[in-house]
Amino acid sequence: MTACGLGILGVLGLIVYELLSGSKLSWHAFGFGFFAASDWDPVNQHFGALPFIFGTLVSSLLALIIAVPLSVGVAVFTTEMCPKALRGPLSFFVELLAAIPSVVYGLWAMFVLVPLLGQHVQPFLQKTLGWTTLFEGPAIGYSMLAAGIILAIMIIPIISSITREVLMVVPQHQREAVLALGATRWEMIRIGVLRNARAGIVGGIILGLGRALGETMAVTMVIGNSPQIAKSLFAPGYSMASVMANEFSEATGDVYISSLIEIGLALFLVTIIVNALAQLLVWTVTRGQPARGNA
Amino acid sequence: MPEVSANAALHSVPPISLSRRITDHAMTGVAVLTVLLVLTPLVAIFGYLVYRGVGAIDWAFLTQTPKPVGEAGGGMANAIVGSALILGIASIVGVPFGVGAGIYLAEFGRNRMGQAIRFTADVLNGVPSIVIGVAAYAMLVLHRHFSALAGGVALAIMMVPTISRTTEEMLLLVPQALREAAYGLGVPRWRTTLSITLRTATSGVITGVMLAFARVAGETAPLLFTTLGNSFWNLKIDQATAALPLQIYVYANSPYDDWHRQAWAGAFVLIVLIVTSVAAVRYAVRRGNFGAA
Repeated sequence: MTACGLGILGVLGLIVYELLSGSKLSWHAFGFGFFAASDWDPVNQHFGALPFIFGTLVSSLLALIIAVPLSVGVAVFTTEMCPKALRGPLSFFVELLAAIPSVVYGLWAMFVLVPLLGQHVQPFLQKTLGWTTLFEGPAIGYSMLAAGIILAIMIIPIISSITREVLMVVPQHQREAVLALGATRWEMIRIGVLRNARAGIVGGIILGLGRALGETMAVTMVIGNSPQIAKSLFAPGYSMASVMANEFSEATGDVYISSLIEIGLALFLVTIIVNALAQLLVWTVTRGQPARGNA
Repeated sequence: MPEVSANAALHSVPPISLSRRITDHAMTGVAVLTVLLVLTPLVAIFGYLVYRGVGAIDWAFLTQTPKPVGEAGGGMANAIVGSALILGIASIVGVPFGVGAGIYLAEFGRNRMGQAIRFTADVLNGVPSIVIGVAAYAMLVLHRHFSALAGGVALAIMMVPTISRTTEEMLLLVPQALREAAYGLGVPRWRTTLSITLRTATSGVITGVMLAFARVAGETAPLLFTTLGNSFWNLKIDQATAALPLQIYVYANSPYDDWHRQAWAGAFVLIVLIVTSVAAVRYAVRRGNFGAA
């Protein structure tokens, strides 16, 4: 048993070791410049990861912008508003979203979401909001926005289930106290519930972010896979996870493979920091510490 | 006079202003709207999947290997079997490892070491699947060749944190008195753990295993450059092997309508597999003794 327990430490150590030793070559070749250079040129053996970092960050942020209000709304509805009988089925359905494999999301997005965006949404946005220059480019649908939307759908179950948990540990007397002061139900939720659960909700959001940053298949299938930094939401992009997915099995040359492993290492470090932060925030709320409103 | 004072109390509460009432109703409306917006893609995905998938499954799909590029027909039989092989390897490696770690955490993990392992398991749980794939590639593929084993190990690593944390939770639910009773009868500690504690928590542990299984069954990213895929039958664990999610990915990206059809069929089979196991778990949990899964 002890061996198994220690084995978990060992596995993580092994992963770190393999990533470090695998990326050594590219680290020596490019140093810190690897993360600032924007040319990705396998032919001339020159590699820079900036377009992928940009793609990962922008698609994840888009996903958060879409997913956060929706997830919090769903969580508030299920804990505070809806009839008891609906509560179970509703959270079951939302969690069902989490059971769909990434590749199936990608499949659906390729055949439904992408054509929809390209043929209807983008022309419409260009006509009405064209002056923002956020929606320029040919209407092909494979884009940063498509990746953001599909990521949003994928992280909604995470954020909403954690938010729900956090809302449920807000003590009942908080709600009663606010109601007794004559608040309406919404005021009670805003003052008595959401404010107390703030730290935990932020934790859930960051956990969702961690998932979005590392998500691979669905993003690879819709983001367009073109290493560029474009301003338009409808321009194709590339993400750290998808460049690994696409190029790993075909990479030739040690520096090429090493560069891809270094991208993996970077992604690994970022997601670890993000997840540790999120765990900490969720713990402060659910581990019975007094919420900020009480103090 | 009680009635008068009650009346006075009622009147002293100022009426809720119109704008506050409107805000209240509006926010309820917004919340309902978010629920509808979230359920829309769920319905759309499942609806479209059934619409495209059910019609696409035929006998050939379930019994034949892929036809050469561009030719219609053929199926994913080798990919379904390949997935079973890879998931089998993952379970053989991951389940004992995860359960063992869970037992350690529950029975011997009330110390700093246990805390460190618990934290590591949570970290491991958050590592993107593709990064685990990269690590498995560096360990088992680089300088060797693509194999079902490498993919199975990658998936096993993904199963371990889920299994160990649920096992721990389930074991902690077993009443302390049960352990003490066993000790009182002179049963050694290891025997108590295995045949009393673990035995009592079996249904809960299985729940965790099934959840971990459902989670990795649809994983594609860690398989891309570990098992690679294969158009033919393969049952050797040291060879490149086809897997259902991989095949869906490859076919979805192809330009052929017939392959698109098969991708949908594959996705439908995959979803049925996963939803069935999740639903089975839910059912088992509701019937079993352990409510907190």
